[in-house]
Amino acid sequence: MIEVRDLWKSFGPQPVLLGTCLRIEKGEAVVIIGRSGGGKSVLLKHLIALLQPDRGQVLVDGQDLCRLDERQLLQVRRKFGMLFQMAALFDSLTVYENVSFVLQRERRHTEAQMRKLVAEALEMVELRGIEEKKPAELSGGMRKRVGLARAIIYRPEILLYDEPTTGLDPVAGARIDQLIHRVWEQLHVTSIAVTHDMASARRISKRILMLHEGGIYADGPSADILSSTDPVVHNFVNGIVPADSQSFA
Amino acid sequence: MVVPILQQRVRYLFSELGELAHIAGEAFRSLRHHRPSWRDFVEQLHFIGVKSQSVVITTGAATGMVLCAQTYFQFHKVKMDTATGAVVSVGMCSELGPVLACLMIAGRVGAAMAAELGTMKVTEQIDALRTLATHPVDHLVVPRLLAATVAAPLLTAEAVAVGIFASWMVGAHLLGIDSAYYVANMNRYTAPTDVVTGLIKATLFGAAIAVISCYKGLSCQQGAEGVGKATTEAVVYSSITVLVANFFLTLFLTRLFKG
Repeated sequence: MIEVRDLWKSFGPQPVLLGTCLRIEKGEAVVIIGRSGGGKSVLLKHLIALLQPDRGQVLVDGQDLCRLDERQLLQVRRKFGMLFQMAALFDSLTVYENVSFVLQRERRHTEAQMRKLVAEALEMVELRGIEEKKPAELSGGMRKRVGLARAIIYRPEILLYDEPTTGLDPVAGARIDQLIHRVWEQLHVTSIAVTHDMASARRISKRILMLHEGGIYADGPSADILSSTDPVVHNFVNGIVPADSQSFA
Repeated sequence: MVVPILQQRVRYLFSELGELAHIAGEAFRSLRHHRPSWRDFVEQLHFIGVKSQSVVITTGAATGMVLCAQTYFQFHKVKMDTATGAVVSVGMCSELGPVLACLMIAGRVGAAMAAELGTMKVTEQIDALRTLATHPVDHLVVPRLLAATVAAPLLTAEAVAVGIFASWMVGAHLLGIDSAYYVANMNRYTAPTDVVTGLIKATLFGAAIAVISCYKGLSCQQGAEGVGKATTEAVVYSSITVLVANFFLTLFLTRLFKG
């Protein structure tokens, strides 16, 4: 279970999170939506303690991440897997080395076992025979799928997705969404994604949280949020520019 | 107007030094508690040690030759030609060898380390490492620190040896100094402590270059501009550290070895 209590974060004079609170139960499939630059990725990075808040608490299974140092956090992060916006594959390593990274660090498996586990993880994301390729040789969609394989190979309890479909064509995006949904179903993980892609949110979530002006503005089952009549939610979900809008931001 | 700017600069300097000390402390803590990856260490040793040889050999040879020529031109006036080898040898072993070799390492290796780690930072690869329960210092800094600490004295020894040999070639074969006296005086006036001093300096310079360059890469700001700035600062700070630390190490080690 993940709980965020009164989370505040600013970058210099720019406030991003203004007392954000949320609670995500084990096994949920949650999507956090909100405008670009609204702090979705910042919030996601707080959940795995990649960022430290100015104030507030992030509790994972009751443990406050804000009180742990970087080495203590390494233990907590074993519960997490994360797919980054641009996949963040290690570009000096091959696909095999990327996907098996954690296994190689753990030194608990033989080379043959690692080969098998990597093949299984790549199979799950519908990639085969690319173990020896470098990330630079892969398309954007393939890189994201390799990133997903790297995140699931050690069977984390919680998977975080930062804009999983950004930069992909609609078909590749839909394919990533299918994989995210399949991983959630088959591995029984808690799935938390941030996106501003409503089609993607519809496909991969059971519950949607809307981040607006530094706090959770709306929270409910996906169907309810996507059909909400609240003007802020409705305008965002349907891409409607409010009549009184002054900027293109 | 000047005072607040000065205050800001001093605060920035201390903040940088604090961060640097923190990374160095984390690296030593990591060395105590975690077994470093042998493969990463060997890769870095190859990159720092093997691939820097051409630069270091050229630097050593050029320095040895020019030092020999200049020393000879001055000593010849007072009929001390055969002391040239001794001056070159002592100078190369204890001062010029470690300083110039490590400046070249700072330029080549420091820039590469900062650029590589900086690029990893801006492309979220460092964050990815952390999500994979891996401390960036364990995986990135420690192998580089170990490799630079091992490679720098070896490269320095190579530069010194090549420099002395090149100076002998120039002195004995080009400038006409008697080869036997050249070598005899060199052996007579070069103490083992001169060699040890140079190697200790190179070891510390290698460690400093690695820590500074890794720190600059890991603290890199966003974007291509950030990577460029981190790379430049890594080379500048490493070079200045080598030059300034050399003076203090010379005082300290001379007092230690020669009383």
